[in-house]
Amino acid sequence: MLIGIVFVITVGAFYLIHLLPGDPAVVILGTGDSPVNKAKLYAQLGLNKPVYQQYFVWINNVLHGRLGNSFISGDSVWGTVKNAIPIDLELMVISQILAFASAIPLAMRSAKKPDGWLDRFLSAGSFTLLSIPSFIAIVLLVLFVAIDLGIPHTGVSSYVSLGTDWIGNLESLSLPSIVLAVGSFVVYYRILRSDLIATLQEEYITMARSKGISQRRIMWRHALRPSSVALLGTAGVNIGGLLAGGFIVQFLLDIPGLGYLLISSIGLSDYLVVQAIVLVVAVGVILINFFFDFLINIVDPRISRE
Amino acid sequence: MFVQESIEEVALADRPERKKKLGILFWICVVWLLINLIAAVFANFLPIQNPLIQDYTAINSSPSWHHLFGTDDLGRDIFSRVVYGSRVSIEAGLGAMVIGFGLGAPLGMLAAYRRGKFDSILTMFMYIFLAFPAIIATIAILSFWTPRSLLKIIIVIGVASIPLVYRVIRTATLNVATKDYVIAAKVQGATDRRIMVKELLPNVAPIGVSFLLIGIATVVVLEGSLAFLGLSVNPPTPSWGNMINEARTILQVNPWLAIFPSLAMCLFLLCLNFIGDRLRSHFDVTESKL
Repeated sequence: MLIGIVFVITVGAFYLIHLLPGDPAVVILGTGDSPVNKAKLYAQLGLNKPVYQQYFVWINNVLHGRLGNSFISGDSVWGTVKNAIPIDLELMVISQILAFASAIPLAMRSAKKPDGWLDRFLSAGSFTLLSIPSFIAIVLLVLFVAIDLGIPHTGVSSYVSLGTDWIGNLESLSLPSIVLAVGSFVVYYRILRSDLIATLQEEYITMARSKGISQRRIMWRHALRPSSVALLGTAGVNIGGLLAGGFIVQFLLDIPGLGYLLISSIGLSDYLVVQAIVLVVAVGVILINFFFDFLINIVDPRISRE
Repeated sequence: MFVQESIEEVALADRPERKKKLGILFWICVVWLLINLIAAVFANFLPIQNPLIQDYTAINSSPSWHHLFGTDDLGRDIFSRVVYGSRVSIEAGLGAMVIGFGLGAPLGMLAAYRRGKFDSILTMFMYIFLAFPAIIATIAILSFWTPRSLLKIIIVIGVASIPLVYRVIRTATLNVATKDYVIAAKVQGATDRRIMVKELLPNVAPIGVSFLLIGIATVVVLEGSLAFLGLSVNPPTPSWGNMINEARTILQVNPWLAIFPSLAMCLFLLCLNFIGDRLRSHFDVTESKL
């Protein structure tokens, strides 16, 4: 299955170019069109061969780490993509920690007294947040908050890399992390809340209560684990979506991650970089999904036995 | 006493998911969506200004009687642009879902009802398709597929949504297809078509409708994101995404240009989400099933 998926994705990434009208060489070379470049491209993609052989020429190059140089900027494609990956990872880690750290305790509070004032308030709040797209959140945050507080919010120079100054780095990532975290929080909170409410009606919870186990212990030890299967499944999909799916956040706030790179390469018609990003993200999504499937099996071993 | 309290809590937890009325908010949301829809369809006949006419005597003006929502940097009336802009969002949302549900839903039902080889091959195919980063592919295809048009956006997003719809509908149908009354219908000699339409469809429809509303909301957001990348409809055609994007560079000069389309979009999404959520709990579908 896994091999099948990887195969299909590489085929998809490769033939994306053939879906488009026009000569692939012209599309890829764009403004860098010259006989020398054309010869290089033909060697790299095997464009003079039949279509099905082209794929094998290309995949052979990819497997040997030869993604080639961009015909637009002249830089190494892999080098360009490699520089962007850590930024995505950092954004992902920070935003997910924020989202889980707020969603789990709040969902527990809500589930304890469904329809109580806190639950109503949080449900209404999460609903409102669910209906605010990230680009609107950013525009409004910049308008009402960031400009006043002096939080870095725009301009390519606002991003500070982790290596140079970690405080500056965190500061420049604060706005995008929060926006991404809020988006994830809403999803996690709602799913965990409804599953927790269902779990708390189980007989073993009543049993635990009648044994006099504390509310806190019931929540964390007895209720959370069986309630988190759907949460983990959703988190896997959601985090996979954040990889470059948060492109609009990166684009608006000039965070040079994969999403930003994707948009700018598309703007430059730098097809080879786009192709490389599709490949990297697809592999990343698969790895993340496998990791979360693994976690789900740990949380609920019955699933793997079925 | 603690036990008593807990039992009450358990009973309480049981209550809200059952026997829930749709409530006044639900109908307010329905009415708001209908207003949006009617305004979008009949925008040409409404007594509002032309969204393309530029009035240089009133540039970046604040809301007033003459311009309810103010004007943008070219002196165009923001109110009428918001009304006309809703067309793009609604067309994109409905159009893409027509494609997604038109192909994904029948295939999903058929696969879940027939099972066997047809089901396993189709499902594997769809799951592989799902693993492909659809958003990136959508952006890439749209940006290299020129000239741009709303129809192309609808086609690309619609096709990308097929496997998602397929998965939801197939899972929903699977839950129903093994029920006794379906088997009973089969034993009585009902045709496959009759079982699908009369027995399965009514039970799958609530989940389908909930997912449809979420789907429309997702497409509306996606169209907005595309507008920020300059991949949506070409200016000067107004769309909510286009307008917010135009406002981005002149936020401090003219905040109204950002606020009103944002408000329109958020309210639209809020209503869709709320109706979807209420229907779901009304028909007792848990969130994790979607």
